[in-house]
Amino acid sequence: MASVFRFSRSINRDTRLVSIQFENQVIEAREGETIAAALLANGIDFTRKTPVNGQARAPFCMVGTCFECLMEVDQIPNLQACMIEVQEGMVVGRMYGPRNPDDDT
Amino acid sequence: MVGCTAQEILTMTHKSPLVIIGAGPAGLAAADVAGRLGIDTIVLDDQKSAGGQIYRGLSDIGDNLLKVLGPEYKSGRELVSGLEHASVTWKPQATVWQITEDGTVYYSDPTGSSYLQSEQVILATGALERPMPFPGWTLPGVMTAGGIQIALKTAGLTPEGEFVLVGSGPLLLLLTRQVLNAGGKITALIETTPRQNSFRALKYFPGMLKSRELLRSGIQLTGVIRKHGIPHYRHASSLTAVGKEKVEGLQFRSGGRMHELGCSVLGIHIGVVPNIQISRHLNLSHDWQPVQHCWYPRTGPCGETELSWLRIAGDGRGIFGAKAAELQGTLAAWSAIVSLDKTDQSGAKEMIQITKEKLLPLSSARPFIDCLYAPSQEFLTPADETIVCRCEEVSAGDIRSYVDLGCTGPNQTKSFGRPGMGPCQGRYCGLVVSELIADQRQVPVSEVGYYRIRPPIKPVTLAELASLHKQGM
Amino acid sequence: MESEFAIVGGGILGISIAWGLQRIGRDVMVIDEGDFAFRASRGNFGLVWVQGKGDGLPDYTRWTLRSASLWPDFADELEDTTGIKLELSQPGGIDFCLSNDEAENAVARLSGIRDSLSIDYPFEYIENTELRKLTPEIGPDVVGGTYCPKDGHVNPLYLLRALYTDFQSRGGRVVNGVSVDKIKQENSGFRLSGGVEMFAQKVVLCAGLGNRKLGEMVGLNVPVEPNRGQIMICERVIPFMRYPSVQIRQVGEGAVQIGDSKENVGFDDRTSPEVISRIARRAIKIYPLLSHLRTIRTWAALRVMSPDGFPIYQQSDAHPGAYVVTCHSGITLAAIHALVLTRWIGGEDQPKNLESFSGKRFSI
Repeated sequence: MASVFRFSRSINRDTRLVSIQFENQVIEAREGETIAAALLANGIDFTRKTPVNGQARAPFCMVGTCFECLMEVDQIPNLQACMIEVQEGMVVGRMYGPRNPDDDT
Repeated sequence: MVGCTAQEILTMTHKSPLVIIGAGPAGLAAADVAGRLGIDTIVLDDQKSAGGQIYRGLSDIGDNLLKVLGPEYKSGRELVSGLEHASVTWKPQATVWQITEDGTVYYSDPTGSSYLQSEQVILATGALERPMPFPGWTLPGVMTAGGIQIALKTAGLTPEGEFVLVGSGPLLLLLTRQVLNAGGKITALIETTPRQNSFRALKYFPGMLKSRELLRSGIQLTGVIRKHGIPHYRHASSLTAVGKEKVEGLQFRSGGRMHELGCSVLGIHIGVVPNIQISRHLNLSHDWQPVQHCWYPRTGPCGETELSWLRIAGDGRGIFGAKAAELQGTLAAWSAIVSLDKTDQSGAKEMIQITKEKLLPLSSARPFIDCLYAPSQEFLTPADETIVCRCEEVSAGDIRSYVDLGCTGPNQTKSFGRPGMGPCQGRYCGLVVSELIADQRQVPVSEVGYYRIRPPIKPVTLAELASLHKQGM
Repeated sequence: MESEFAIVGGGILGISIAWGLQRIGRDVMVIDEGDFAFRASRGNFGLVWVQGKGDGLPDYTRWTLRSASLWPDFADELEDTTGIKLELSQPGGIDFCLSNDEAENAVARLSGIRDSLSIDYPFEYIENTELRKLTPEIGPDVVGGTYCPKDGHVNPLYLLRALYTDFQSRGGRVVNGVSVDKIKQENSGFRLSGGVEMFAQKVVLCAGLGNRKLGEMVGLNVPVEPNRGQIMICERVIPFMRYPSVQIRQVGEGAVQIGDSKENVGFDDRTSPEVISRIARRAIKIYPLLSHLRTIRTWAALRVMSPDGFPIYQQSDAHPGAYVVTCHSGITLAAIHALVLTRWIGGEDQPKNLESFSGKRFSI
């Protein structure tokens, strides 16, 4: 049976460890990496459910092209997780379908 | 002037003789030429550090990762110094979302939206990975090889567990080597290059021989794969990624029978194509490339376009690789500088001549590579159940049915079922939709055309759009 | 290719007429241009709108009201036959006013229209505080708005697809990628050419801005001009907007669509940042929460405007059997075009006061 969808930290980068909050859990990340990379390293296996049919999607292109990793970051919805670097204390959540109109005010 | 803030730029009357969009090899080489001559230049890129995707993360990389990525990657180091000239302003995290026909460049950065007026613009936005649609390619765990490589370059990550790589092209093989160098494991390498491509490519092999470096690295790669004993399937077809909530395996046909391999990460890749969002939204002419199955913007020898103030350099103009992109950036810069009339004309023309000569041998290997790695038909016109527009979840069968209803081109299918209307603006479906329509109508893709790309090139908030007014618009 | 009717133009107008003619048993062929044609049907706002229509031509107000009331049955029929949900909703609509001047003008205009009619023309002006009860998200800059219970909206693209689907599944023919450049009357009908040769006993010009040139070939004066409208669409949002307005509506899939501009710029369908910025500013004043939404795409399309803004429906005197149908409200009027106007074109009966819409009103 296939194992979990997760990436290993094969090469140690000597950057500072930071903690970010992801849906009520605290996960560890390395300064300088994107949110998407941090989620891959922590085995977070999907980043959003589509607003069209509710399909689960996860980081795909990692370069800001595909918009599959849209997430809520520090209460701002629909941001590309592969384009934003992690910061200590950042709060990250999945997008479930369409956003709320009055978020991010 | 590295790290100039948006406010500072704003007070600088929004004007710059030269604006370069994209800080990959082409953009950086162009900035270096302009910087050496002291020409005021602004370089915009949507990433935080310069280098483009090819040299992504290079500025703050550790030695251990550098070793893994190989000598080609390291060679980007010198390029980044192109931004250090006093007359060059580097604007990271600046996403261009519109250019108007008077050369005004609108962009958005963490401080909001703004615009620049320029006399000359060099577009160096590089390449995108070609969409590789097959049933199941939207499942979590299916990622582009380029995306997996970015995870390695920027965070030192490699896939854990069962990792299968499928597709074709130099990047797929390069990633294989890099993942192995990093101590990662690869469950299987599955190449989808059709058998007949090798025969077709054969006649271009003499050109390939002229490019020793490429040939050597190709041979080395094959050796690495064999040394690690990685199961290697060839001429694979009939791909399906299986899994419920995420990818669990890949089914495919190879050697006359079906196979199924379990996997938790599936890397896919079938080459790269020019990123033409900006040249398309400016309504420039684009020519269909029947071998590479993609569009190239119509450009002159120095990247000149139908707009006198715009040049295109690098892979965004046509796929020739990083080294050629550098030279094209140099060419475009000299040519733009001639137009600006800011330097000794004869000297500039001599530089253009020298650069053109250097560029020539770099393109000799392309016909062979293009022909050998031409994408397999099953990814150009995928099976009906395949989602082609990932954003709006429109299938290949839907597109075919819209053609049967009378749609002759992608702008009509867009109206009928929304393909290309999502946030990616057709980047991951445009080529496929045009191919599907052409195939269903039995006409060439050149006759079908492409999406009319409309601004903003990347989503931008209403507040940002509204704020342009306060900036004197 | 031969048929009883040739419809020149496969936009919403042409396919509505074609569908309606076929529905009453006519043999119909639609001739449409290719992918890059100017297409108002592809760029329109999707309103089924009554409010303000017919200022200066009471017959047009009546015509619009009647179409709005035909819409539910029209949509039901199409949804039943095709299974495509058209997202029709007619909860009433609001035209927001951002100043007292705007409010006074709007009320004066609607009162004038009402006074010119013998039938009921419902509308009311509602001030900010009361308006908030209808649509709580409006901002303080909204002085008030005019509300008309007959207004609504629909998904114009699904309407287009449903009409095409149904028309063709019942045997209607569509000729694509053909730009008709010549129409010539022959003994029993019209020969049309544009790369291919076609023949029809009767021809209906539904070619939008192209009608001007085509009309001349069959003795019809069709003085239509392009008028550019720019529109933007934002990311999908959980449904919150209950009423469509002329400026803003939330479409079926949740995206918020914002328009519009009226610009006389000829055949130029590009967008301009200046106008888009102005549209964005106004939208934020109406619904401040929109300021955080991301714009996914902007576009522009060309309205097909006659000198007085009203439709032109006319049969040629010189070439009987040649008709022109043109208007800039192809969605609102789709129901009446399909169900009523086609009875006239099909020779069954003529709606009352149809002569009000003759192009002869422009030839003095």
